[in-house]
Amino acid sequence: MKFTLSWLKAHLETEASLDEILTVLNRIGLEVEGVEDRGAALAAFRIAKVVEATQHPNADRLRALKVDPGDGNLLSVVCGAPNARAGMKGVVALPGAFIPGTGITLKKGEIRGMASEAMMLSAREMGLGEDHSGIVDLPADAPLGESYVRWAGLDDPVIEISVTPNRGDALSVQGVARDLAAAGLGRLKPLERPAITPAYPSPLRWEIADERACDYVLGRAIRGVRNGPSPKWLQDLLVAIGQRPINALVDVTNLYTYGLGRPLHVFDVAKVKGSTLTMRMAREGESLAALNGKSYALTPEDGIIADETGPEALGGIIGGAPTGCDETTTEVFIECALFDPVRIALSGRRHDIRTDARARFERGVDPALPRLGLELATWTIMELCGGEPSEVVAAGEEPRWQRSATLRFERLAGLGGADVPADEAVGILERLGFTVQARDAARVTVAVPSWRNDIAGAGALDQHPSLSPERARAAAEGCAEVEPEADLVEEVLRIRGLDQVPPVSLPVAGIVPPPALTPKQSRAVLARRVLAARGMLDCVSFGFMEAKVAARFGETPAVLRLENPIAADLDQMRPTPVASLLLAASRNAARGWPDVALSELGAAYRDPTPEGQLAVAAGVRAGHTPRHWAEPSRPFDAMDAKGDVLAVLAALGVPMAALQVTADAPGFYHPGRSGVVRQGPKTVLATFGEIHPQVRGALDLSGPAVGFEVFLDAIPEPKRRKRGAPDLPAFQPLRRDFAFLVDATVPSEAVLRAARGADKALVTDVALFDCYAGDKLPEGKVSLAIQVTLQPREATLTDAEIETVAAKIVAAVGKATGAVLR
Amino acid sequence: MTETTTTGDDLAALAAETASQLAAATDLRAWDAVRVGTLGKSGRLTALLKGLGAVPPEQRKERGAALNQLKARLEGEIESRRLALEKAALDARLAAERLDVTLPPRPHPPAGAEAGGIHPISRTFEELMALFGAQGFKVAEGPDIESDWLNFSALNIPDHHPARQDHDTFYLPAGPDGRRPVLRTHTSPVQARTMLSQEPPIRVIVPGRTWRADHDATHSPMFHQVEGLVIDRGITLGHLKGCLIDFLRAFFGISNLPVRFRASYFPFTEPSMEVDIGWNRKTGQLGAGGDWLEILGSGMVHPKVLANCGIDPREWQGFAFGMGIERITMLKHGMPDLRPFYESDMRWLRHWASDPLSPPSLAEGV
Repeated sequence: MKFTLSWLKAHLETEASLDEILTVLNRIGLEVEGVEDRGAALAAFRIAKVVEATQHPNADRLRALKVDPGDGNLLSVVCGAPNARAGMKGVVALPGAFIPGTGITLKKGEIRGMASEAMMLSAREMGLGEDHSGIVDLPADAPLGESYVRWAGLDDPVIEISVTPNRGDALSVQGVARDLAAAGLGRLKPLERPAITPAYPSPLRWEIADERACDYVLGRAIRGVRNGPSPKWLQDLLVAIGQRPINALVDVTNLYTYGLGRPLHVFDVAKVKGSTLTMRMAREGESLAALNGKSYALTPEDGIIADETGPEALGGIIGGAPTGCDETTTEVFIECALFDPVRIALSGRRHDIRTDARARFERGVDPALPRLGLELATWTIMELCGGEPSEVVAAGEEPRWQRSATLRFERLAGLGGADVPADEAVGILERLGFTVQARDAARVTVAVPSWRNDIAGAGALDQHPSLSPERARAAAEGCAEVEPEADLVEEVLRIRGLDQVPPVSLPVAGIVPPPALTPKQSRAVLARRVLAARGMLDCVSFGFMEAKVAARFGETPAVLRLENPIAADLDQMRPTPVASLLLAASRNAARGWPDVALSELGAAYRDPTPEGQLAVAAGVRAGHTPRHWAEPSRPFDAMDAKGDVLAVLAALGVPMAALQVTADAPGFYHPGRSGVVRQGPKTVLATFGEIHPQVRGALDLSGPAVGFEVFLDAIPEPKRRKRGAPDLPAFQPLRRDFAFLVDATVPSEAVLRAARGADKALVTDVALFDCYAGDKLPEGKVSLAIQVTLQPREATLTDAEIETVAAKIVAAVGKATGAVLR
Repeated sequence: MTETTTTGDDLAALAAETASQLAAATDLRAWDAVRVGTLGKSGRLTALLKGLGAVPPEQRKERGAALNQLKARLEGEIESRRLALEKAALDARLAAERLDVTLPPRPHPPAGAEAGGIHPISRTFEELMALFGAQGFKVAEGPDIESDWLNFSALNIPDHHPARQDHDTFYLPAGPDGRRPVLRTHTSPVQARTMLSQEPPIRVIVPGRTWRADHDATHSPMFHQVEGLVIDRGITLGHLKGCLIDFLRAFFGISNLPVRFRASYFPFTEPSMEVDIGWNRKTGQLGAGGDWLEILGSGMVHPKVLANCGIDPREWQGFAFGMGIERITMLKHGMPDLRPFYESDMRWLRHWASDPLSPPSLAEGV
């Protein structure tokens, strides 16, 4: 919403400076988006007279001018404008002046051998429009030597504010003035109702055929108008706020749209077919050729204004071209209506039409204003275009907008936290247009002004279906009771300034608060830190990706494909963060950084339900380990990914001894070099492995890559068991090594588990320290060497006892895996 | 000279023969022999094509068309057999590359690896948890894909509300109820989730991912917010101001950071206010200079929001606020550009990451 300072002052009697006005606008919720002082850039330009104009001796298209800038010293100016002629008045720029339209600073020069000491300006050169057909041609009475900006009324700052969706009334200069007056910046000037005497019956009638299309409409014709360009003051006003002047009739509608927030539409009576304008819903197949040059296919949900031939306007949104007013119009019919805000919002959105009328109607236009708005518009049109007015025709009734609201003064402190004297609160409400209906020491009941549909409004609740009927009813009753009051508290605090509310620190139950995180939330934070501590860089990547890429990592159901993706390659919710990290690894490789370790805590999407959005700690290591004297570089392999997984699980308190690893990892992994970590047969805690070469290839990742995902939701809450007394036996442990020859297909874990179980009392630890397959062994066999720790408790073990345990271990491993001692 | 027929029996025979040869070829070498024997210089199909010149002119056109058709078909069959064999070879190779995944992993990460680190957004989340935790807040969470009831309707944003348009919502296909789920446009749906699932008093913050269909230098289609919700008896706008001032000054580490509150409007709060902090627009220095920077939106929870979630606004009231994580993170650290946050460029990550072994602590200052 834009307006000029002088326009504001037409509605607000004030001594306040521009800065004060801006400060208060910000404070009261009419946020200032910008202030434009167009005059500042043009301050140096003066009104000048062309005293003499002759042909340039050396150029056919140039003229040599003598220009009087106002001080009588004639300047020589070479000018190419075809309209330059002796006796005309225009705008001159002197050397040193910056020309906004060309972006250059003017210097004295020579053009085709002739000195040029100044420049006569076109509108475009001043940045005031597109006209470059000639230099500005001012009327003969323009004062010579005067600042052009001042004479043209351009020294009027333009203020732009952003108006929140609840404040339709502030989409008008008058509404802004009212708020400022309420905030103590002056006095709102009342509107005077002009006396209009109808001279003839209206040639057009209204009919509301469908109440959905319109609640209430007024109209009036004026015959004998002379339409044409608006007077300069009106054109200047509209140009200042970024509107294009069209013709006087149309410009007047814009004047009241902005000035009073009262959108109007004008029909050319001669172009309307029949004598009735009908408010109805559009019919299937109807279309509107709109004033913006576009054609709209209407739907039965659109409210329209129709004549005998069909739709002539999308009511409250945009008018139709065939019945619009132009220079030939001699009889005009003014429409002044009220429309349903919801219908306007939905129609406007459906057809993507953004007009000033729509912006106001969808927020709500003052339901008590149509009569006055119509009279004012009539008066202005007659002032500008002449003519005589018809009687007013109407259909429908002014809606019953009267409401009241009650404020208990103690709520200003109880909700707003501010001690506001009752008189001050009431004063603010009155200045905003509320009228006191009843007041005692504890409360005031006010009538809500017609233009504030946001106060004590009718908006419906939309309660959750799971609520019990009693609970829902109590909450709804409570809302009906306190909502209007909250509206009033807001008004008082807003106008008074929220900075007036003293801040109070939140009371806490104790100095040391309980933990902010649940154990599950703590686990997520810990998982991220564990991975970072293992050298991984924590990433944040988009949860959507190209469907084709996502499909390489799992299911890509249609229910997880965006209907309106922002780019074709961001259309599918990802099946796993591993996919995002591999893409990132590929981008890093393309930049010359093929060796990366990336992790992310993010969602894997299975379906749109909350349960289908899994919290995953994922990681990718790509390329090779660093070259280092202590350890040769090698490609990352599946065991690195498994190491990351186990580190996370251990840190999160998962009982590690019970975990199982199976070889049925998802298809984006190498089928022989990947695994699934399970707790029991059903619970999948993690997957890990080398990335499938075809997947790598598809992502342009040429080097080795491994990845993993830990499913945080699947990790059970760790049992908070008190630790018992530590096991500190008095006897030294013994360590014995065994080397087994076993089929290569036997998982090493089976060997370890069998050894552990061979004598639960004595065997406290089993570690695999060598794993060998090669020429010295039979085909298809591997050698697994383990170290077993035996912990005697009663007495030192004898050789015979040791032999017995060793035999038990060999037998147990042999029985479980077919292994034989080497 | 090859016997030619107009019935094309010889072509059918060639097709059948080639198909059975392809089926019998179980490795690429055998496959190549079939290919050369059919399509090669002296292949059988090539021979038939060469013989076309000898066909009587009145049959030549028909015969030529049939031969071309057969050629295309055989080429297709041969190519798809190649793909099948290659896939089988890859599968066999991968199967042979089997690794015993039950082996215990290495006991430590590789030597000499560069330090890892925590993303600035994750870091800010942890700082928020510490600072709001100190004010008695718990952390609540919710899913990225939400119902439009939770994202909009519960929060007093009905279908036609102009605010819906400002949200640039991403939609997913309609579910069985005919409503389209959305990618949540703010963390506010968790307000409703919390109020529906627990009784007041409530004091939660909601850090999380949010989504809007907007992509340019200062907007990302995925970004992060933190939401705050306090529902209790006797909570006023003064507490909202106190809570935010306490947080902002601690977060930015500026004990006298100027904080300004301006009236505003959000459908889910009333009164509503926007909060600015003082800074110097030219130098970017916070807490100095005469300029104001908008940093978050807040207000007293709207009675309709409470009632939509079954809370009686006569009994309970409170406040809510929401702020952009990227914005406060960039301001705090002087980070110039939004886009690299999501690009996972390891150079950027290393530069801005923080040490995983130094989590934010009230004792050390966040």
